[in-house]
Amino acid sequence: MSMQLYDYVLSGNCYKVRLMLALLGQRCEMTAVDFHPGKAHLQPGFLEINPAGTLPVLIDGELSLCDSSAILVYLAHRYDSTGNWRPNADATSSALLQFWLSFGSRLSDTIGRARLHDMLGIPCDIAAAREAGCLALRELDAHLGEQGFKGERFLLGDTPTIADIACFPHAALAPDAGIEHDDYPALRRWLIDVRRVPGFIEMPGIHRLHDQLTT
Amino acid sequence: MDARNDWYPVAIASFLRPGEDQHLTLMNTRLHLTRATSGEIAARDTAGRPRPVTVAHGHVWSSTGEPAHPLFEIPEGLELGRKLVDCGAVQVSASPLRVVENFLDIAHFPFVHTDILGAEPHTEVAPYEVEIRDTVDEVWATGVKYYQPQAAKSARESLVSEYTYRVPAPCAAILYKTCPPRPDMMDVIGLFVRPVDEELSVAYPWMALYDDSTPVEEMIQFQQTIFIQDRSILENQIPRKLPLDPRMESPTMADKTSIAYRRWLKRKAYLYGAETHGV
Repeated sequence: MSMQLYDYVLSGNCYKVRLMLALLGQRCEMTAVDFHPGKAHLQPGFLEINPAGTLPVLIDGELSLCDSSAILVYLAHRYDSTGNWRPNADATSSALLQFWLSFGSRLSDTIGRARLHDMLGIPCDIAAAREAGCLALRELDAHLGEQGFKGERFLLGDTPTIADIACFPHAALAPDAGIEHDDYPALRRWLIDVRRVPGFIEMPGIHRLHDQLTT
Repeated sequence: MDARNDWYPVAIASFLRPGEDQHLTLMNTRLHLTRATSGEIAARDTAGRPRPVTVAHGHVWSSTGEPAHPLFEIPEGLELGRKLVDCGAVQVSASPLRVVENFLDIAHFPFVHTDILGAEPHTEVAPYEVEIRDTVDEVWATGVKYYQPQAAKSARESLVSEYTYRVPAPCAAILYKTCPPRPDMMDVIGLFVRPVDEELSVAYPWMALYDDSTPVEEMIQFQQTIFIQDRSILENQIPRKLPLDPRMESPTMADKTSIAYRRWLKRKAYLYGAETHGV
């Protein structure tokens, strides 16, 4: 039986999963959920699948997972034999990985909220969401700057991990929420590096690198 | 024309339900929408004055002025067998006229809608016809042909789509394009735009398609994908308002529809959301 993803194309959290599946070359059956305008994620049919009414939901055999970080951990464990996507050799690397997965959720809670407000008119305290989003981007940019000094291009080393995949979508989508990337130079370089990873796929609002076509 | 005396989309009709009032802004004016249990829809401004209301093409339309004409018709939308799809409401920090103009542009397809509505190296826009039809006071572009990797959710392979564009009102555009499962028919896709103010818009994409196999959720997300790809481009266009002075932005042959649209707006003196410097 193939995996099944309950998906909404404009969701940054769903994109984390679509991107990871693509990078791992895993096939998955997609079920589109009409988040907007239909609010299908709050209808009884979907609440039976996920009582929290959130997207994405990944079904793999008996397993049903409804948190994008948990899904990334699962996919990296289950479908990446190299182990590169999920470094956990020691206490420090396990903890840092968990830190950046949580940081990805912080980006969704701030930039993601501001984006839904600006794009689909979903109410929130927009000034607070944007300010918290900028603060998070500044931290991310500072860390990526330090990584750069060490000669490492990604959050946890010189190769991408699920930490990068957890943080990439909402960081990249910040302009959708009225937050430009101009103030974050290390972040901008990282956004390009992630898009260069073989197997990368885009989502609406994140354009692919067109210069790749000529190389 | 005074832009206030036109009809604008204010809600998706099927989502305005009794007891679920909607509040929104149209041209800097707050409106309050209600639907009675009898089904009747009413719009009022903050002073409680009733505003005109009409329901058509899946949407509720209203006005902050006094519309001199009935809302434009889309006869194809009434044809039997078409699936009518409400694609949602998307806010864009751009002039409503920029949003309409972008919808009329073909040349950006390979770069913004890569591998969907276009792909490199198929970037050439072949010559097509554009006219301002005085009898109906509309802009039409016909005979537009373009190579498309995935013209619609229903498309199984790449094809050369034929497009006809129609601009029935300054803040609305309709396109008729080859229907992949029924090449003898044209799909109808509308883009209706509500100006929140001169530099902020809410776009309501709407479709009337022949497609019996694609789940409606997938049709909606296909259209939202296209529109959100456009949104990031639209929000970066400077100036935010649409320049009507032809010296301000340099058009090419591929921009014939846009040139006619801008000329038509200028002739009508429809200036809401327009950059009028030099006009």
